[in-house]
Amino acid sequence: MALMDKHALIEKNATLLLVGSLLVVTVGGIVEIAPLFYLDNTIEKVEGMRPYSPLELVGRNIYVREGCYLCHSQMIRPFRDEVERYGHYSLAAESMYDHPFQWGSKRTGPDLARVGDRYSNSWHVDHLTDPRSVVPESIMPSYAFLKDTPIDVKDFSTHLVANSRVGVPYSDDMIAHANADLMTQADPKADTSGLEARYPKTKIGDFDGNPQQVTEMDALVAYLQMLGTLVDFKNYDEAAGYR
Amino acid sequence: MKFGTQIFALGLFTFAALVAAGFGVDEPFRQHMWVLFFVLLGFVGILIRNTNFEVAAPIDPSAYMDGPIRYGAIATIFWGVVGMLVGVVIALQLAYPDLNIQPWFNFGRLRPLHTSGVVFAFGGNALLCTSLYVVQRTCRARLFGGDLGWFVFWGYQLFIVMAATGYLLGITESREYAEPEWYVDIWLTIVWVAYLILFLGTILKRKEPHIYVANWFYLSFIVTIAMLHVINNLSMPASFLGSKSYSAFSGVQDALTQWWYGHNAVGFFLTAGFLGMMYYFVPKQANRPVYSYRLSIVHFWAIIFLYIWAGPHHLHYTALPDWAQTLGMVFSIMLWMPSWGGMINGLMTLSGAWDKLRTDPIIRMMVMAIAFYGMSTFEGPMMSIKTVNSLSHYTDWTIGHVHSGALGWVGMISFGAIYFMVPKLWNRERLYSLRLVTWHFWLATLGIVVYAAVMWVSGIMQGLMWREYDEQGFLVYSFAETVAAMHPYYVMRAIGGAMYLSGTLIMAWNIGMTILGHQRQEEPMPGSVPALQPAE
Repeated sequence: MALMDKHALIEKNATLLLVGSLLVVTVGGIVEIAPLFYLDNTIEKVEGMRPYSPLELVGRNIYVREGCYLCHSQMIRPFRDEVERYGHYSLAAESMYDHPFQWGSKRTGPDLARVGDRYSNSWHVDHLTDPRSVVPESIMPSYAFLKDTPIDVKDFSTHLVANSRVGVPYSDDMIAHANADLMTQADPKADTSGLEARYPKTKIGDFDGNPQQVTEMDALVAYLQMLGTLVDFKNYDEAAGYR
Repeated sequence: MKFGTQIFALGLFTFAALVAAGFGVDEPFRQHMWVLFFVLLGFVGILIRNTNFEVAAPIDPSAYMDGPIRYGAIATIFWGVVGMLVGVVIALQLAYPDLNIQPWFNFGRLRPLHTSGVVFAFGGNALLCTSLYVVQRTCRARLFGGDLGWFVFWGYQLFIVMAATGYLLGITESREYAEPEWYVDIWLTIVWVAYLILFLGTILKRKEPHIYVANWFYLSFIVTIAMLHVINNLSMPASFLGSKSYSAFSGVQDALTQWWYGHNAVGFFLTAGFLGMMYYFVPKQANRPVYSYRLSIVHFWAIIFLYIWAGPHHLHYTALPDWAQTLGMVFSIMLWMPSWGGMINGLMTLSGAWDKLRTDPIIRMMVMAIAFYGMSTFEGPMMSIKTVNSLSHYTDWTIGHVHSGALGWVGMISFGAIYFMVPKLWNRERLYSLRLVTWHFWLATLGIVVYAAVMWVSGIMQGLMWREYDEQGFLVYSFAETVAAMHPYYVMRAIGGAMYLSGTLIMAWNIGMTILGHQRQEEPMPGSVPALQPAE
């Protein structure tokens, strides 16, 4: 076969082989990934999405740090059983501020995309401290140490700045108040009007039941309690998303 | 002075690590920098002890450079044992959750240690040392770049140590199989580019006119991993003295970038690279030429072109646009063909040498590897079909599939290559014991069979329980009940994994004794006696 004989050319020239294989492997990525950045229908517009509040973001970072995504997904598929078990199927817009995404790939434990508001704060604290005390069948590790670990951030505004550099719309106001907002959200006695104006629907409270300090438990529970609560599905027009 | 510049440069880096340990903005980063400081200090100490001021003996430019390959073979076995041991531990943690020790040894921190340990530490070292072995012998050229080979070897080990200790300290980007944070990623990029230069440089100075097929696979693996690694890990650190960074992309785009990377970590790291291994070591051990030259051309170009598209099948029915999901599914199914092209080319290389299956346990190991390659490259396209995936996704079936590929294909072909290389690298007449290889073969094979079968049952059962409705239209099982149902399978899976690990320990003993120069007195393999004829 003539074509096969021409292949000898590539076999004798390492540069051709290198450039040829590099070209061949770039095609798939260009065709599949690049359009996601400019096709409008990749992410439909939904009301209610906002960037994470500083305390939620700290909690999210703990979620990432502890590898929660290895056993819990945050992506409800549009099937009857999943929608009945976990709630409305996940929308692309709901993870638009997620750097990185936490969709997960395995459900050793249940999906958490809409776990917010499903349980009380104290349930979450009990569950994270000793999972089998509330769910006997659970095989989750204990995260009791979070209660004893104060939040370790010198200046959290740098984290908001980093997020805004990759496209999350944190305003100057949000960045300026980052450190104060972080503490305010876990303190029910503080004046939270500024925080609530900046982050609508934000949950405020002493999440871990220990008013003395703001711990990693506060942050993680604050994050879990907001998951899936931003979009109000009473006002969500499903048909508007059809194309 | 021997090692003069190395000691100076390493000393500077050690000092930089110390400074970073002092000024780091978060506790995990400071701890990580202390780890780095002590590791580098150890390196410097070893170099200072081994320095001397004599004029170095001239290097014979025609001799192969096998030092890094010998170290690489030992590192492969060492990291293999570590990675598989952690695997057994986390398997047991799923069966007996009290085995979690917070915070450092919880499942969520150990699991990346297991996956990176076997994929990048065990598999990566196997690829590193075999590729350098193969490229020198098929090009008849010494490694390019003087001590570059040593830099790549030690640089890669440093990457492994930093990644592994980072996971335990909670430093992770949460991108599966790309968890290390930004500064470890930058280090890996430097090492990987050095590896590309080392490999390509050796090909460029070859004395053979043709570039052997194994090198096509190795080269495409190295260059594609470079592309995937850099793009998937683009991120913005919160501070240049802190461990935390935020990925450049978010949500949908981030998910597809990650699985474009993730699936091609399988496609190029665990497939193309190991196919390169197959194309050298199987013909060598069987003493037969590669079955079909044309098939190798067709399946090489087809496999590297098609693999890249398969990523979206990890995101079926998610918020990823439908067109991308369908595209991913179609290409995943097409991928079946070039995958089996490789399998056929590997298996048929044994034409005329099938009798060696009876007498040569190393050939048996390689054939089993190729058989598992064929099995899992059939299972993969099947699972990428959206209907099948709606059941299999999020379940243990996926875990079982990965392990039949990783334990069966990647593990077994690496073991075969190690058994082939080690006696030659250390100038030993033969292995310490062939019978121990047979033990290893059966423990590993039975371990995989137990593992994969158990995960099929538990995965499909899990998927069916999640979606089961009763006559009144209610879900039958709560999630907690499906977790409880998994327990016996998690125990059996741990047993399968432990069998595989024990086989690897036997290999470690066998290889260790071979390196030390011992030969076990044992009965020859049945049927192999007539083959013992005097050399011609």
